[in-house]
Amino acid sequence: MMQRRNFLVAGFAAFLAGCNEIGKSDWFGKVVEGAQGWHRGLHRALGGGRIAMAPEYTRADLSPYFRGNGSLTVDTEAYREAEAQGFVNWQLSIGGLVNNPGALSMKDIGALPQRTQITRHDCVEGWSAIGEWTGPQLSTILEAAGVQPEANFIVFRCADNLNGADYYESCDMDDAFHAQTIIAHRLNGEALPVKNGAPLRLRIERQLGYKHAKYLTGIEAVASLDDIEGGNGGYWEDRGYQWYAGI
Amino acid sequence: MEKRGKRHALSTRIWHWINAISVIILFMSGLNISNAHRRLYWGDSGFAPEQAWLEVPRFPGWATIPDYYSLAAARDWHVVFALVFGFSLLAFMILAFANGHMKRDIFARAREWKPANIWHDVREHLKFNFDHGEGKYNILQKIAYAGTILVLIPVMIFTGMVMSPGMEAAWPWLTDVFGGRQSARSIHFLAAWGLFVFFVVHVLLVLASGPVKQIRDMITGGKE
Repeated sequence: MMQRRNFLVAGFAAFLAGCNEIGKSDWFGKVVEGAQGWHRGLHRALGGGRIAMAPEYTRADLSPYFRGNGSLTVDTEAYREAEAQGFVNWQLSIGGLVNNPGALSMKDIGALPQRTQITRHDCVEGWSAIGEWTGPQLSTILEAAGVQPEANFIVFRCADNLNGADYYESCDMDDAFHAQTIIAHRLNGEALPVKNGAPLRLRIERQLGYKHAKYLTGIEAVASLDDIEGGNGGYWEDRGYQWYAGI
Repeated sequence: MEKRGKRHALSTRIWHWINAISVIILFMSGLNISNAHRRLYWGDSGFAPEQAWLEVPRFPGWATIPDYYSLAAARDWHVVFALVFGFSLLAFMILAFANGHMKRDIFARAREWKPANIWHDVREHLKFNFDHGEGKYNILQKIAYAGTILVLIPVMIFTGMVMSPGMEAAWPWLTDVFGGRQSARSIHFLAAWGLFVFFVVHVLLVLASGPVKQIRDMITGGKE
């Protein structure tokens, strides 16, 4: 009996060790990439591509307050100064594979047609918060910039630095031009709070929270993500998280 | 039609083992994911302690995949095996309805639902007599198998789909079926422990009813 139990415990330990080894292997990484592609393809096929919208709520559903996570501020002199000035001089640069590179001021962003949406923010950890976001659609900005046909991704540059690396994110053109993808500057009818990414953050409603880059400083259209930072298309992606965060 | 003489059809055996592996990996990687945020809520949203209906314990490394805390790596396992789990069940269900396994062996007849029959079956189980009942399976087995295949596992799959924001945009009605995303997350957690209970009872009953023959039959097919 004792021997049998030892045999079971040893078998279980070998199973765990095996899983650890498989999890770290290159071929399992390829399997995971394939599975992500399947999930993304299924979501797009079942929902009809760009048309599918994340659910929107009413003001009665708003969370009592909106939790901040990840970077809760930007620890630089320039940011503290910008914050003290009420972010009036903040700029969002538009670059990469676009016909009209340049920069938008906060005034420019406020002058664009605005979208207000009450949506649910789902953190990869498992919690959800509902907030009302206002800002121009990213598609309006991209159409004015004239994205070149070679561009496959939009990269979002951020002011915050987390554990020594600059935060950044990226998405495909389906999500970049999606109706609910906005550059938000207001939360629940007020200027975006610092803990939630003041003065500008991305809302990309069909994906998990880490995709919603905060403290936005620039937008770039690129053909490939390979040469940017760790090459995986985002801060958390470079630390093992899935690039397609619609799962 | 299934060839006569085999106790378990080939499709049943293949699905049984694929499903067993999927359940173990999904359960253990799920415990790792649970460690990322241990509070459960009802409704659409929730993040603060005062909104939670339950705070679950932190699950130890030996119970999780990988055996150290890594939300990213655990999600990799979950993302891969969610597809295996879902599509293998779909294939099994199509075949099990087509070859008559569902109707013949899993669904109970009206007379089997009589309280006297159920009570009789409970007593036989308590006497460790598992060889009874008119079909291949007795009524308690039918309730356990049908409940797992037709209720528990589909609930796991559908609540998992609700938690995926891309899937939710495609099928928003599914979120409402479960009463919101955080309700779906809570139900996902409860149904996972329901499957765990099935797993434990299933393994114990196999051990109590001649494990060598039972396991051999689930591999080779066995004799009717």
